[in-house]
Amino acid sequence: MYLPPFRYFAPQTLDEAIALLREHGDEAKLLAGGQSLLPLMMLGLARPGVLIDVNGIPGLDRIEAGGDDVRVGALVRHCAVETDPRLRARCPALADAAPLIGNIRVRHRGTVGGSLAHADPAAEVPLVATALGATIEVRGPDGARDIPAHEFFRGYLETALGPAEVVTALRLPAHGARMGHGLAELVRRSGDFAMVSACAVLGLDGAGRCTHAAVAMGGVGPSALRMRAAERLLVGQPPGDRALDEAADAVRDEVAPESDVHASAEYRRAMARVMARRALRAAAARAGGASPDAGPGAVRS
Amino acid sequence: MSVSPAASREYPERAALRFVLNGRPVDVWAAPQETLLAVLRDTLGATEVKYGCGEGVCGTCTVLLDGAPINACLTLGVHAQGRTVTTVRGLASPAGATGAAADGMHPLQRAFVAHEAAQCGFCTPGMLLTAYAFLEKHPHPTRAEIRAALGGNLCRCTGYARIVDAVEACVRARPGREDVLRDP
Repeated sequence: MYLPPFRYFAPQTLDEAIALLREHGDEAKLLAGGQSLLPLMMLGLARPGVLIDVNGIPGLDRIEAGGDDVRVGALVRHCAVETDPRLRARCPALADAAPLIGNIRVRHRGTVGGSLAHADPAAEVPLVATALGATIEVRGPDGARDIPAHEFFRGYLETALGPAEVVTALRLPAHGARMGHGLAELVRRSGDFAMVSACAVLGLDGAGRCTHAAVAMGGVGPSALRMRAAERLLVGQPPGDRALDEAADAVRDEVAPESDVHASAEYRRAMARVMARRALRAAAARAGGASPDAGPGAVRS
Repeated sequence: MSVSPAASREYPERAALRFVLNGRPVDVWAAPQETLLAVLRDTLGATEVKYGCGEGVCGTCTVLLDGAPINACLTLGVHAQGRTVTTVRGLASPAGATGAAADGMHPLQRAFVAHEAAQCGFCTPGMLLTAYAFLEKHPHPTRAEIRAALGGNLCRCTGYARIVDAVEACVRARPGREDVLRDP
């Protein structure tokens, strides 16, 4: 119930936040929704001497929908991702992933930028960002730069952010015509982090063959990872049962999960195949114009 | 020594914190390190807000911030500045919640009593507030949707069935909604 002591700053601009990060260095952490950082502090796993609260910085909580992409500000809360109709129209994969995050209370406080910067290997926002080849917009002392998702996530809770850089937005490409997505996660209890999660995106040509295939897996490595072998198998093929089976087998062979208290590596590997297969089936159905089923946007078991 | 604009953004040791609690304005001194849960329980004596896990998992410290359920244990007190906070006491007063009757009981609370949805009662404030916020947005849910909505609130005694029964009964009791439950 009580946090360890820290100095608390509430900058009103990004430049102030960046200046504070420069000044306080490793001692400082940014505070956005606080749904990962504050538990770590409560448990004594993180003890930052300085918290820089970015919640008061205006302009970071906007969702901007363009023709080809959608830009989600770093302070957009997960519940807004879940309900914004413009975002859902352009990037249903992220909209469907949002309700899988934590619980309703976490989704009302937790932010897209916070989830990216925290970089939990089983988290939904990094998974979808990786599958969609999204871009993370950051700003630091030397100005703004864009980082592709596959370069942003470096390892367990580790990103390409510089010491005084701040995530400002997540930019996602809009789904094209004849594109579909699928999400599947294995969770033991409601609200838990996924033991294994999968996000698949397929795009089809006029003949029903895959022109685009992206499969990302979470919870089976140090960060969300693209499954390049499985993707190569799918491109040029119609996404029928056989192609999806082969791709799912390739995912099983490509992941290198570790054992922990939640599941053995062997179990995770077997479930990676199952989750990839379910995500691919949903993506293929949506890309082909069918509704994958009448249920929720994501398959959860 | 001059102070940079950024450095001037440091909060004092304690600062005035004003927000509306259950329809009533409150004005307290709070340190930025204090969670909203600590401000509510220790400073304001709002012990109806329960401290459970302290890490956002159990849901027993649920309060509504501008109507949205949040973890009071994972929200700083300063984040309530200028906003409205509703605890389970707010449900029982017509000023705090829509649908509360003059006798001070919200229909959800009456349904919890009627269905014996509490055993030790520790999770009940969080359950009620989560159910209330959910029904405000989804007035005609299925039983499966009610179960999903309460999925983030843990109860160690009831086995949940009576809690879901109570919320379901509350939905069913709404005028014109006798046939509302769509799933078996």
